[in-house]
Amino acid sequence: MKPIRPVGIVGYGGYVPAYRIKASEIGRMWGNDGCALPIIEKAVAGPDEDMTTIAYEAARYALQRAGIDPHEIGAVFIGSESKPYAVKPSGTIVAEALGIGSQLLAADYEFACKAGTEAFQTCIGLVSSGMAKYAMAIGADTAQGKPADELEYTAASGGAAFVFGLKSDETVAYVEGSCSYTTDTADFWRRAGQPYPAHFGRFTGKPAYFRHVITAARMLMEELGLGPEDFDWAVFHQPNAKFPIKAAKMLGIPTEKLEPGLLVRYIGNTYSGSSPLGLAATLDVARPGDRILMVSYGSGAGSDAFSFIVQDAIEEKRPLAPPIRAFIARKKYVDYASYARFRGKLLR
Amino acid sequence: MSVPKFWREIPHKYRLVGSRCRSCGAIYHPRRPICPRCGSRDMEDVKLSHRGRLLAFTVIRRAPSDMADLRPYVVGLIELEDGVKVLSQVVDCDPAELKPGLELEATLRRIRVHGPAGVIEYGYKFRPVIKWEAEAGEGQ
Amino acid sequence: MKPIAAILGVGCTKVGEHWERSLLDLAIEACEKALEDAGNPPVRALYVGNAASELMNEQGNISALLADALALDGVKAVEVRAGDASGSLAIHQACLDASFSRGQEGAILVCGVEKMTDVMAPEVARIQMLFEDSRSTFHSGVTIYGLCALLTSLYMSTYGVSYEDIVLLAVNDHKNAANNPYAQYPFPITVETVLSSPLVADPIRLFDTAGIGDGAAAIVLKGPEGARSSSDTPVAVLASEVATDKVNICEREDLLALRSLRLAAGKALGRAGVGLDRLSFIELHNTTSVIGILSLEALGLAEPGKGVDLLKEGAVAIGGRWPVNTMGGLKGRGHPWGATGVYQVVEAVWQLRGEAGKNQVDGAEIGLTSNMCGLGSISCVHVLARWEVMA
Repeated sequence: MKPIRPVGIVGYGGYVPAYRIKASEIGRMWGNDGCALPIIEKAVAGPDEDMTTIAYEAARYALQRAGIDPHEIGAVFIGSESKPYAVKPSGTIVAEALGIGSQLLAADYEFACKAGTEAFQTCIGLVSSGMAKYAMAIGADTAQGKPADELEYTAASGGAAFVFGLKSDETVAYVEGSCSYTTDTADFWRRAGQPYPAHFGRFTGKPAYFRHVITAARMLMEELGLGPEDFDWAVFHQPNAKFPIKAAKMLGIPTEKLEPGLLVRYIGNTYSGSSPLGLAATLDVARPGDRILMVSYGSGAGSDAFSFIVQDAIEEKRPLAPPIRAFIARKKYVDYASYARFRGKLLR
Repeated sequence: MSVPKFWREIPHKYRLVGSRCRSCGAIYHPRRPICPRCGSRDMEDVKLSHRGRLLAFTVIRRAPSDMADLRPYVVGLIELEDGVKVLSQVVDCDPAELKPGLELEATLRRIRVHGPAGVIEYGYKFRPVIKWEAEAGEGQ
Repeated sequence: MKPIAAILGVGCTKVGEHWERSLLDLAIEACEKALEDAGNPPVRALYVGNAASELMNEQGNISALLADALALDGVKAVEVRAGDASGSLAIHQACLDASFSRGQEGAILVCGVEKMTDVMAPEVARIQMLFEDSRSTFHSGVTIYGLCALLTSLYMSTYGVSYEDIVLLAVNDHKNAANNPYAQYPFPITVETVLSSPLVADPIRLFDTAGIGDGAAAIVLKGPEGARSSSDTPVAVLASEVATDKVNICEREDLLALRSLRLAAGKALGRAGVGLDRLSFIELHNTTSVIGILSLEALGLAEPGKGVDLLKEGAVAIGGRWPVNTMGGLKGRGHPWGATGVYQVVEAVWQLRGEAGKNQVDGAEIGLTSNMCGLGSISCVHVLARWEVMA
């Protein structure tokens, strides 16, 4: 899929909450001392944060870099699986808080961990068709992991936002192409009204994550006539540190090309925020002319693949907002008790 | 909890919208229909600076019933770059890190949550300005 | 020196946790004591000061209710609400009534009442903030003690004053409360007591805050003419003045100046025709010590930043130059919001009639009471005198 008129990223921003819990602290809680842990630590939203406030933070930095009149944004889409309201859009709150005008299309997307990149595609379509001058896509989550479940070690909070507009000197990177691969594969799900998701263990690997990520990436490369060597950087959905590295290997992409966007070890799996945050962190270091491969994964299941070409404006716009590493460096450790309190895991 | 009351205050609480007197230039937050300095009724809405500095702070340890879930929390008296003073919670920091003069920036947070089924009130809170060092080759 | 009204009788309940007694029970006790003290004159009007009966006791329209309960058939009844300044403002309205209706038969009964223990402490803290500008304070979660804490910090840093010195006012209050049978906390404390008590809102500690208590106080007054024939010991109201300030403290030019108090006190002393040097004692509003100290400065008893010197020098103690909170003040006697302003006048009347017992200020002739809402959004000042002083 190539947009009819070329579309690019006018501004991007990410946000990770200040609090961290070490995976070893979660292990201590559940008698898992000494076992191999999937990550080092994960980001924990504060007691007054939720997906909407995280989306706001990311969006404001994206606007800061975009440098556009917020009233020119015609759409705000938020992809998340931790919506504070089951019914009531989160995008309205973010738009109102950022002073985005009311001539606006707003919706919340859900497709497990790839809801954010679906919003990318919708924005690209709206902008390319001329139905919106600018459109904002946000992927954010305060991911839920059931206490003692293996997901609890990684389920984390964070998000990233991207403002799309027609490709110009103002865009920091443009979309070379995008495609999606979707099947009915229930590897991970959350039933309506349930506070925590369920999953089928290792079934989430080969038939789910790897099949969709690899297929989507190969479809994209084939469509664009590119090989793995043509990409300077790659970002994959990061449920843990192993999966994206293995996916890169399977595609023939060296691990070094993942490094800037491989955040999971330090912030955890931010679900819908995961690959968008990885893309933001990669844009923090990429140079004009670089080509970035991004492949998301959402359980249920599907993957969206994108190829971005970095443009000159990156140098000028990058310093206008904090890089992702500033948020990773800004951290306050909490113990399991505070984490349980912050995330509403205590019965009262 | 009144939803209409909260809804009316959205500009003031989400975006720090205040009033500027077109006659004498004085700025107020919350909004005012009449300028107490010059008596003018000619007031316009103005979005206030989201940056300021801490003048004084306290740690609320005995909280009002509707804020009890968050205690203890820091409340600061903050002077915005526009010269307007506001009261706000100061988040993402330990009281030990705070001292008068510290630079703060506004963000959006949950203010109150009305039970598991009621509305969520959002509004401004402040936090220490996020700072970072430029890496080699970056323009910052 | 011409009185605007004469106080014929006073009465009050003990401030405390009156679990068995309702708002109305407390008000009736105070009113009946005051009426008896005044010789049971016919009553033509009732003024009630109360801050939050709807929110704390599920009962509104309490002036009609109290008139009915006191069997004051058909009497005029008015309720006055201004947070914790409600009591003094009820007296102010009664004084206006007395001067407006000169020559009318009958006395005016004023009752300040608050029943606070019907709700729990966090709810009291929430309700108290409803007397501030809710748009500027409410969503920050600041409490009244949080606001006092900000002022305390500013006061300490602006003038280089220590918290230890500031809380000398709380120590003074408790010392005086120890001899007041109606006080909620009738025991002495030390600076160490304050400093070792739990933090409420840094740097404010529990023993620097007025507690939560139930109480009612009442006075009977009438126009000044013929006061002498109505009572053996009338007390003259020389002035009753009210002034306001910016409710949102963030908008005040000087956060450490209690402007409404300065204005009200200036008007009151001017109306009374007396200078500060004539005051025998002062009943101050001290939700926390810093508010009391800023009040001393707003009254002009000390330069800005020098209020603590009066405490350190002992000027505010009984026997000192300006005895302050002679029966315990808000800290020691207690602070049942809408009743506080009336308690202050009741206690002033005891001093001026020479009935203050161990806390009697020798030769007390003229006293000043200052009551305010919150941090002085509204202040009400009364100047009272022994009737003989005017001769």
